[in-house]
Amino acid sequence: MKPGPFVHHAPTTVDEAVAVLGEVGHDGKVLAGGQSLIPVLSMRLATPGHLVDINGVAGLDAVHVTDTAVRIGALVRHAGLEQHDEAATALPLLRQALRNVAHPAIRNRGTTVGSIAHADPAGEMPSVLVLTDGVLEAVGPGGRREIAATDFFLGPLETTLAEDELVEAVRFTRFAPATRTAFLESSRRHGDYALAGVAVAVDVADGVVVGARAGFVSVTPVPSVLDLTPVLGGWDAGAPVPDEVTDAVREFVDPEGDIHATADYRRMLAAELTRRALATATQPTPAADPASTTAHESVA
Amino acid sequence: MSEQTTDTPPEQLLRISLRVNGVTRTASAPARRLLSDFLRHDLGLTGTHVGCEHGVCGACTVLVDGQPVRACLMFAVSAQRHEVTTIEGIGNDPENLSPVQQAFTECHALQCGFCTPGFVTTITAYLEDNPDPTPEQAREAISGNLCRCTGYQNIVSAVCRAAEIRRDRSDRTEIDQLVDLGTPDGEGGSRA
Amino acid sequence: MSTRQFGERVQRREDPRLLTGNGRYLDDLGLGALSAAFVRSPHAHARIVDIDIDDAWEVDGVEAIYTWEDLTGRVAEPLPVLIPHPALTHPRTGYCLAKDEVNHVGEAVVMVIARDRYLAEDAAQRIRVTYESLPVVVGVEAARAAQTLVHDDAPGNIAAHLLQEVGDVTAAMEAAPNTLTIDLEIERSACMPMEGKGVFARWDADEGSLRIYSSTQTSTGVRAAVAAKLGMPLAKVECIAPDVGGGFGVKIMHPWPEEVLVPWAARLLGRDVKWTEDRREHFISSSHERGQLQQVTVGFDDDGHLLALDVQFWHDNGAYTPYGIIVPIITATQLLGPYKPGAYRVEFWSLFTNTVLVTPYRGAGRPQGCYAMERTMDAVAAHLGIDRAEVRARNFIQPEEMPYDHGLMFQDGRPLKYDSGDFPASLAKLKALVGWDDFAAYREEAAAQGRRVGLGIGCYVEGTGVGPYEGGHVHVETSGRVNVATGLTTQGQGHQTVLAQIVADELGVRIEDVHVTTGDTRRMAYAVGTFASRGAVMSGNAVALAAKAVRAKALRIAADALEVSADDLQIEDGVISVKGAPGTSIALSTVAVLSNPLRYAFDESSKAATQFAGTFDPDKPPVADDEEPGLEGQDFYSPTQATFANGMHAAIVETDPVTAEIRILRYCVIHDCGVMINPMIVEGQVHGGVAQGVGGALYERMAYDESGQLLNASFMDFLMPYASEVPHVETDHLETPSPLNPLGLKGAGEAGTIPVTAVIASAIEDAEGFPVRSMPISPSELWELRRMHAQSPVPVPAQEGSR
Repeated sequence: MKPGPFVHHAPTTVDEAVAVLGEVGHDGKVLAGGQSLIPVLSMRLATPGHLVDINGVAGLDAVHVTDTAVRIGALVRHAGLEQHDEAATALPLLRQALRNVAHPAIRNRGTTVGSIAHADPAGEMPSVLVLTDGVLEAVGPGGRREIAATDFFLGPLETTLAEDELVEAVRFTRFAPATRTAFLESSRRHGDYALAGVAVAVDVADGVVVGARAGFVSVTPVPSVLDLTPVLGGWDAGAPVPDEVTDAVREFVDPEGDIHATADYRRMLAAELTRRALATATQPTPAADPASTTAHESVA
Repeated sequence: MSEQTTDTPPEQLLRISLRVNGVTRTASAPARRLLSDFLRHDLGLTGTHVGCEHGVCGACTVLVDGQPVRACLMFAVSAQRHEVTTIEGIGNDPENLSPVQQAFTECHALQCGFCTPGFVTTITAYLEDNPDPTPEQAREAISGNLCRCTGYQNIVSAVCRAAEIRRDRSDRTEIDQLVDLGTPDGEGGSRA
Repeated sequence: MSTRQFGERVQRREDPRLLTGNGRYLDDLGLGALSAAFVRSPHAHARIVDIDIDDAWEVDGVEAIYTWEDLTGRVAEPLPVLIPHPALTHPRTGYCLAKDEVNHVGEAVVMVIARDRYLAEDAAQRIRVTYESLPVVVGVEAARAAQTLVHDDAPGNIAAHLLQEVGDVTAAMEAAPNTLTIDLEIERSACMPMEGKGVFARWDADEGSLRIYSSTQTSTGVRAAVAAKLGMPLAKVECIAPDVGGGFGVKIMHPWPEEVLVPWAARLLGRDVKWTEDRREHFISSSHERGQLQQVTVGFDDDGHLLALDVQFWHDNGAYTPYGIIVPIITATQLLGPYKPGAYRVEFWSLFTNTVLVTPYRGAGRPQGCYAMERTMDAVAAHLGIDRAEVRARNFIQPEEMPYDHGLMFQDGRPLKYDSGDFPASLAKLKALVGWDDFAAYREEAAAQGRRVGLGIGCYVEGTGVGPYEGGHVHVETSGRVNVATGLTTQGQGHQTVLAQIVADELGVRIEDVHVTTGDTRRMAYAVGTFASRGAVMSGNAVALAAKAVRAKALRIAADALEVSADDLQIEDGVISVKGAPGTSIALSTVAVLSNPLRYAFDESSKAATQFAGTFDPDKPPVADDEEPGLEGQDFYSPTQATFANGMHAAIVETDPVTAEIRILRYCVIHDCGVMINPMIVEGQVHGGVAQGVGGALYERMAYDESGQLLNASFMDFLMPYASEVPHVETDHLETPSPLNPLGLKGAGEAGTIPVTAVIASAIEDAEGFPVRSMPISPSELWELRRMHAQSPVPVPAQEGSR
């Protein structure tokens, strides 16, 4: 299990990186964290002739928190974002979700932008990006463009990014201050890809839910958002979650069965996780410490 | 056997220089050389073990700038700007074990020893950030590394015991320094 | 007084080296050796039409490419049937490189040797093999149905068929007031050591000799096999097992094709050659175990006493049978556990499938047997409404019935005769540890909180320490260093420590002075290997005997030197002294000097042994007629039969009422392996065994599709448990010495694994209220079972007899 030969490119600017991508075209891959890419190379499931290693590109490792968004560069590692207190305060869902991404050693190297660009339906962060109505900032030979997260994902491992484009950064849009969030997933082993996972964002006014949305992991072909406001609007936060919610989730998700779980099981699991995530998000505890609302353990 | 035909051009070799365990080491290797293979076969640091080569087992865990990273999921060429610490850097002298290594032998936290370097590097870094873990936290801390021999129970104990040894040694070091300003005992576990 | 080492929690001698990156595992050896890689079959069953290697030669750094056509002499012949058995009517083994046909995905077809592994894989990728697909047999049911055959000349896909019967089962069953029949299934898993296999061979052209390093559980076996295959004198082949990163059975199988091919190529090329198995290769070309279908019919009285037990099972042996029928024989015999079954009949069929071969994995057929017996016990208890522990107790063999002969033939060809054990005492300890009698209250309390919990139990007896023999060699250097050698190998069991403990006590030296070597044919040419929980029993007793011989010799020499009777001497901390007169003493190191009369002096101590030193009797030869020079001794231990360890486990599990996620809340173990040399190491073995058992019960399986592709050949999808999935194990011990060996030992290596699948099935069944008949079980499977039982709300726990 050794990677096939490739030419290693080490651009130092985004423009250089894009220029190389333009030259090598279909035969090139971007190497950022490499935590998904390198196993694929080692198993020779892919043998690109060129790797464009962006780790030496200056300025891609910053986290910027603005009034409206958390913007992270293409070289921000999962662990760096997870430990970024300002980002966690601005958007607690980031830390809530990131703690579910594989294991710490993987998070130390893997990049959040990379896992979004990889577009694995089992990835946590694509769902979070979509739930926050996030935006990708791509650079190509023709210049920069912004892609709404909802327009980015086409299917499993398939996106609208051109092969000569690089995702320079993504912006997670911040929720309103009163929005409460939770992330829950269930995997066979701690740190494995989820059998099902869910991120929820709930708006509560005077103890009553006025808006609720959920984004899913592993149970939809592309990250997509279910607006639960029609079934949850007016619900007393803290009361048992109504069955209409789980019915809506079961109808919305479209999981596939595999050797780890049947499709029906995943459907049930997505619904139950959503119920539990909503209960967690709307618990009366105020979200002063972003870690306190983190519900990152598997259900059992 | 078939007759030899025209060779493809040999793969381009890069001069790769790494800071490993506080020392700069240089070797020629192609760009595709995994950090794990570079450490083991090009630099002869065979304490880093390779168990799966797809980033799941954690046997090859080394510290990159003090943080645990899978050496099989990184190319040597990408490690050049970083400080790499292997098991040999944590402690290479059987007579002078680091706190984590000492705790492992006291708690019988290893059997075949193949996964052990990955655990020791992982735990060494973890205790830097979490010097006083509960058994539950200790279990979580090691839950990204596979061991097929021990059932993990004694490794969990070793994490907690290592935390104690670290504290004892650092207390003793302070006392030594106060008493005679002598050399502190070698805390092999301190990270480069 | 020197401290007795035997029985103490002595820290391991091997640890400091292994902890500091100073271990030497297979792939750490042979820097600069050529590297081998293999083209392996992507098909489960196919004819090889053509192999085109031309393109591969274009890779710079390729040194050799071999197909079956290139193999010479016996290397081109099929691999050996290691353990023949009369019931193995259709033994089949593969070739080192496939000849004409492949019978499972992963079978080696071409070997490439190149400057490094990267280049060897580049070349392997360029080799084009044309196959013609053949029909595929996957799974026991397909094998049993035999619509298609794995081997054309093995009708019914049957490799072996064996029936053993004690008593008249038909009559006893007919007379039984109650009968039940249950069908059971258990899936495949694998040993999956953290270090895969590997071979490194060094050909010495000057000597015409071969040195092989292999990550093996038997270096003597590999040595003999390679010498035979390569047509070399045994004296010109040596084999060393270096540090081995786990075995669990897969490395007792030998010779693996690579163990023959790599030395063969090293000799041919005159170069060092190494092969290090990668994880994907390990999944598809190293062996698996466990897969069986079972049907148990049991007859019992109204109090739950067994009257008749009739077991049939169908064992998946994969594509080949190099290891014979060891696994199903063990299932057939060890199934009985601590119980008296009444009349017993067991019949099995060992079946070919187009999957990688099946050879022992820790427990080796016992987990399946225990599963069958314990599921049966639970079914009997449920049928009669009797407490599950009570039903077991009523069927126990009693301590006063030991030794107990079941009247069957065990895996070593010898009688299945238990040597000792106190099952009622074990059960009492287990019930106390887990709080058996308080569980009903706990369950109610949990139920009140909306939680679902269950209690499970499993008991087993394990034949350990099987023969034929192991040897020990003890040598005292003039420095006082004590070298101990035994031939069996080590994969983490702590032999360097426990054997040193034994020798330190027997010889009367400090443990720090004792240095143990295992698995090196240069040091001990006669050995069998490490398997069947035999290391401590066999080599422990062997080195004890060898140490006794050395002690006797040391006392003879010291008695002469001190001019006292040997009977009056004692040895403590390496010093021989007269009992009651400690001033009169001589160091063991000095005795070592005296034991070897010298002409030449190399240092101060050797001066004392030269011909002009000291006094001597001119009428006697320097070495007496009945002596040999040197302070060393060798002996062998060969038992008449296996020892039988036992244990009982209980677990409390919680199942999520909605998601069916399964969590083990408590796991309790009572373990009796006779006298413990080092309780710390025994507990470590139990912990590791339980963890592997948990893997087998809840996480691990080999997911083959219908075409024989292994769908989960990676650690991403083969779910070996992390620390987060393994419960804390609570242990308690019973020490019932074995009367069969001087040290009273029984084996401990496999014990922890054996009952876990049975225990977890029992606990889940208890939590859910419907039978669990197929293991392992995932949350998804449990949830689907719930749905099934919700649809047919009157579950039939087992087919009940008419009476």
